[in-house]
Amino acid sequence: MGVLTHKSLAAQSHALSETDKQLKLLQEANLTPFQQKLEETGLFPLTTVGVDVFQINVGKMCNQVCKHCHVDAGPDRKEIMTRETMQLCLDAIDKTNCSTVDLTGGAPEMNPRFRWFVEQLSAKGKKVIVRCNLTIIVANKKYYDLPDFFKKHKVQVVSSLPYFTASKTDSQRGNGVFEQSIKALKMLNDVGYGIEGSGLTLDLVYNPSGAFLPPSQEALQADFKKRLKDRFDISFNSLYAITNLPVSRYLEYLVASDNYQGYMEKLVNAYNPIAAEGVMCRSTISIGWDGYIFDCDFNQMLDLKVAAKGQHLSNFDLESLENRNIIVNQHCYGCTAGAGSSCGGTTA
Amino acid sequence: MKTYYDPEDLKKFGKISEFQPELGKKFFDYYGSVFQDGALTAREKSLIALAVSHAVQCPYCIEAYTEDTMEKGCDEEQMMEAVHVASAIKSGAVLVHGVQMMNKYKDISM
Ligand code: SF4
Ligand code: SF4
Repeated sequence: MGVLTHKSLAAQSHALSETDKQLKLLQEANLTPFQQKLEETGLFPLTTVGVDVFQINVGKMCNQVCKHCHVDAGPDRKEIMTRETMQLCLDAIDKTNCSTVDLTGGAPEMNPRFRWFVEQLSAKGKKVIVRCNLTIIVANKKYYDLPDFFKKHKVQVVSSLPYFTASKTDSQRGNGVFEQSIKALKMLNDVGYGIEGSGLTLDLVYNPSGAFLPPSQEALQADFKKRLKDRFDISFNSLYAITNLPVSRYLEYLVASDNYQGYMEKLVNAYNPIAAEGVMCRSTISIGWDGYIFDCDFNQMLDLKVAAKGQHLSNFDLESLENRNIIVNQHCYGCTAGAGSSCGGTTA
Repeated sequence: MKTYYDPEDLKKFGKISEFQPELGKKFFDYYGSVFQDGALTAREKSLIALAVSHAVQCPYCIEAYTEDTMEKGCDEEQMMEAVHVASAIKSGAVLVHGVQMMNKYKDISM
């Protein structure tokens, strides 16, 4: 396939695969603590507005090894959610009024229980989002029918495409990824995804291929729509412009390319209190492959568990979760820079 | 080592107001307004700024507008085309003066 060009940091036994090393490095930039910034703008402690979204990481296994991956995912990662833990997720979801379950990974489709899980969630009438990396659809025959499966359960497909050219996409996500992504997008369009009036939503995610901030979401969406239509006859619904957070492989990239300090300063200077008010962790909880509960996927990758009574699904305590204060650290500046950033794009 | 251009100085640009606050403020207000979306988009203006940065050969501006155009969603091809626009105008401006040379040549030749 030609997309596997690297190993995960974990497989390399890289120092930055350890969360305490990452947290230490985040302190070393010697910038205004995020907590202080929140205090200055009257937002500390950061509290929740409820649990509307369950974001569930069903495993770190992935067919790609993107350079910026904050999960440090890859084919060499074996951590994967079991059926028992999925059942604990379903039981916890039943205790809440959450509207949406957002499935992520790794490539969530590589979890052998993935389809079963989507069926259960769909039967509960929840809106299901899958963070699909596109190339998985064409990676193996057994995945070719994913577009039909998604369609059957009206799953919202959210897929990364860093740019409408091969060079920028492949430099971040691996050789050949752009071409395969275009193939997969065509398969999704063919069953109705991204086509007006079909009721099937296909959203794309842009994130910068390097140490710079994302453009205006609106302007970029118009550009993406035009270029993808003109060049490849591809349609999609919305584009989310997201900021890269200094966690895991993106953090390692910043350090290795000597961009770490400059990038952190850029994030801090771009702090926007309106974006801070709208950060996604205020309405989301994030579940790890092993059933632990976090404020968001980034805190999960830094192993910063929720400040609530039940930190694991086996003692899920909704009241305590709804009344928790969110754990913040320097990486949070990535969510509050400029127009803000979340799994659903800009927030301000 | 002391040099005329230090990348760290770019961050101090705002400090020019220290020596003349009123004019400094007027400049930065004006500068900010110029780069807003208008009849031209902020992105088009950023590409123009990148081209002009090369024409005036200002290393601070080149650094700033390389980042800015990237943050406006431009790719390397668009950015290099902007630099070629600056280059074409500059070389054209040199060459068009060749007409003056030719005029003078003819004036003083038999
Ligand atoms: S960014 Fe997504 S597709 Fe890329 S390695 Fe990470 S999980 Fe896989
Ligand atoms: S990194 Fe997580 S905890 Fe921090 S602001 Fe962003 S969503 Fe919230």
